[in-house]
Amino acid sequence: MATISPPRRAAKLKGPEGDDGGRFGDGRSGGGGDGDAFRLPLPLRRYHTGIWFALVPIVMLFMALSSAYVVRQGLSDDWRSMAWPHLLWWNSAVLLASSATLEVARRKSQPWGMARHSQSGAKLQLFPVAPAVKKWLMTTLALGLLFLAGQLLAWKQLVAQGVYLATNPSSSFFYVLTATHAVHLLGGVVALAWVTAKCWKRLEPSGRTGVTVAGIYWHFMDAVWIYLLLLLVLWP
Amino acid sequence: MPEAARTQVEHPAHAAPAGFIRKYIFSLDHKVIGTQYFFLALFSVFVGIILSVLMRFHLVWPQAAIPGLGALAPTGAAGGVMTPEFYLSLMTIHGTIMVFFVLTTAPQGGFGNYFLPIQIGAADMAFPVLNMLSFWITFVGLIVLLAAFVVSGGAPLSGWTAYPPLSAIGQIAGPGQGTGQTLWILSIALFTVASVLGALNFIVTTIDLRAPGMSMMRLPLTVWAWFITAILGLLAFSVLLAAGILLLLDRMAGTSFFIPAGLVVNDQMLLNHQGGSPLLWQHLFWFFGHPEVYIAILPGMGAVSQILSTFARKPIFGYRAMVYALMGIGFLGFMVWGHHMFMSGMSPYSALVFSVMTMAIGVPSAIKTFNWIGTLWGGNIQFTTAMLFAIGFVSLFVTGGLSGLFLAQPSVDIYFHDTYFVVGHFHMIMGVAAIFGIFAATYFWFPKMYGRMMNEGWGKLHFWITFVGVYAIFTPMHLLGVVGSPRRYSQFTEYDFLKPLAGVHEFITIAAFITATAQVVFLFNLFYSIWKGRKAEINPWHCTTLEWTVPSPPPHDNFGGRPPTVYHGAYEYSVPDAKADYLMQTDAARLPALKH
Repeated sequence: MATISPPRRAAKLKGPEGDDGGRFGDGRSGGGGDGDAFRLPLPLRRYHTGIWFALVPIVMLFMALSSAYVVRQGLSDDWRSMAWPHLLWWNSAVLLASSATLEVARRKSQPWGMARHSQSGAKLQLFPVAPAVKKWLMTTLALGLLFLAGQLLAWKQLVAQGVYLATNPSSSFFYVLTATHAVHLLGGVVALAWVTAKCWKRLEPSGRTGVTVAGIYWHFMDAVWIYLLLLLVLWP
Repeated sequence: MPEAARTQVEHPAHAAPAGFIRKYIFSLDHKVIGTQYFFLALFSVFVGIILSVLMRFHLVWPQAAIPGLGALAPTGAAGGVMTPEFYLSLMTIHGTIMVFFVLTTAPQGGFGNYFLPIQIGAADMAFPVLNMLSFWITFVGLIVLLAAFVVSGGAPLSGWTAYPPLSAIGQIAGPGQGTGQTLWILSIALFTVASVLGALNFIVTTIDLRAPGMSMMRLPLTVWAWFITAILGLLAFSVLLAAGILLLLDRMAGTSFFIPAGLVVNDQMLLNHQGGSPLLWQHLFWFFGHPEVYIAILPGMGAVSQILSTFARKPIFGYRAMVYALMGIGFLGFMVWGHHMFMSGMSPYSALVFSVMTMAIGVPSAIKTFNWIGTLWGGNIQFTTAMLFAIGFVSLFVTGGLSGLFLAQPSVDIYFHDTYFVVGHFHMIMGVAAIFGIFAATYFWFPKMYGRMMNEGWGKLHFWITFVGVYAIFTPMHLLGVVGSPRRYSQFTEYDFLKPLAGVHEFITIAAFITATAQVVFLFNLFYSIWKGRKAEINPWHCTTLEWTVPSPPPHDNFGGRPPTVYHGAYEYSVPDAKADYLMQTDAARLPALKH
């Protein structure tokens, strides 16, 4: 990643085909404007491509588990709907809030997003103030950890009621689905912590890409959580 | 996406490592990782072959002692005579190791890793660290699987499909169903994670790291095959992971996902389970399991297309049709898992749908077969060892595919399902056809990997014994199935109705011994040629693709920091005005008659 040069203002002003030289050149001229997801230089663009495709197996994992959920429920007469803790609603709110704060961080980290509103190229803010981004990233991390702690607390409440993993298929699936989601979100927390450390002193193109890529994953895990809630609500 | 962005040539290169460990053990270089995968698969395939020879021996001479086996497995094979349970554990590990650690590993992880980046003009995979991780997780998975042999109770008995309830209820179901089965699940879970990481790498590399001018329709068919295989892997493996998690919980946490109520096993009633469905496992498993068949065979199809075209000195017949057929096979592969479950009592209407979809796979498969024959037709064919194995692949693919049409009929499958007909069918098409693809690829790419040639004489000897051998082993199995010889039995001598078939089983066993022994020729050829083989030129086969433009073996970053520019498709053979009879993909000369 060290080979990335800072984004050149000229690239944006020259338009999308402005740096054709990079096509057959020496391989070091880099791409165009870094802030534009569609024109990232290669070492960064592969992270975008990668994260989108990485969501596919995760979708399949949850599809497999939730189809097992629906089938197992419809198949037998031993399924007893469980009353899950109200704490989950608060946890959901925390997770949704974390998506919002991460989106704020992402917007604050994007120079071209602001450039759209400026009148001349001279006002472009190439290196946004890192502290603002950092603040919002830290908030997101805190909310993510709060969500995980909340989930743990919800489990504890269930255990206190005598609802264990093997109590009933409904509780088995509840634990499996929430645990699988929590493990994935924990991965997101680790990734986001790494990105935050990367943006600690100065916001470089790789750090910006990191925020965007971690953001895609984070919002996705948020959407998976909503999906799981709906599944548990609609097929209790 | 704008052309300029797509063809950016800045690569995620990393510096050449200096120390032995970073260079050969924990290497980030896709070529080293590909080689590691290749040798992991080579080790695994010989373990798998030894297991199958032991099984064949026991099937025919169940009372005879196998020298040394008693010492290796004092409980399972006391005095060298194996118990039926031990036979089943050999069968389980044979199937698992062959399907996962050979057929999935060698063509994709091995050759794909080594040659995909070079063939598209990249310096390495998109995520080298992830690539290293996939290999080492696979490695740990293999160790965990083999460890099942040495834990108490030994290896599991439930086959490579691990059907519950047998696989879900633990030690009570037999030796090996305790710790052994748990290790099996852990091994497969590791394998799925590694395969997903690998697949992700292949996809991103193919999309983002192609050299200037390397449009999708100029990709060699090998790259298309690896790319589509990776997409299948991305979609299929995590479903198996989900199933594995649920199975593990049934075993260890007392849940009832797959275990029904009132189960009586070995005269004991299982009281703490109820309501689970063994069929749920079958659905999840085969949703992965059928695409897995194509994960094993598609890379072979890619390599065979490349090799047939090169040694027929003709452009591949119907390039686009070949690409769309690969996509069609991949897509249909997700629609047909139910054909493994015709015996499960599914609705005849579901069976009809699965049956029709299964036969529909015959269409893209036939397109590929006819295009391969069309490529050979009128070609200036050079019968190198690689070419012989490629033609052998086509032969086995046709033979194995035709018996698939029988099994696709629910009414016929119900009769054949638990007989040797199925064993013959899947070994033909998934086993040896894919293995022939791996052999063809090995003989073809060896000069690039080691800068030396393999011995053609030994190679042809290896081919002919193997080719005749696999037909001698697996064709009679179809006949055994037709007359009702059941599979998964550890011995046949105790059943009167099977006694007339003893001679056929004996013939198969002898053919298996000879064919297995012939693989030593390959092994010797391989290792001898690595160090002592004749020096190879850069492009000994006069092939057009990018890997033949770089030195053998290729340098650390493949193209020395100067990515190639591509002007042609991958199959410009017998070009009228060319200096040689072919045009490299990098040759700047324009074709007057062809528009690309």
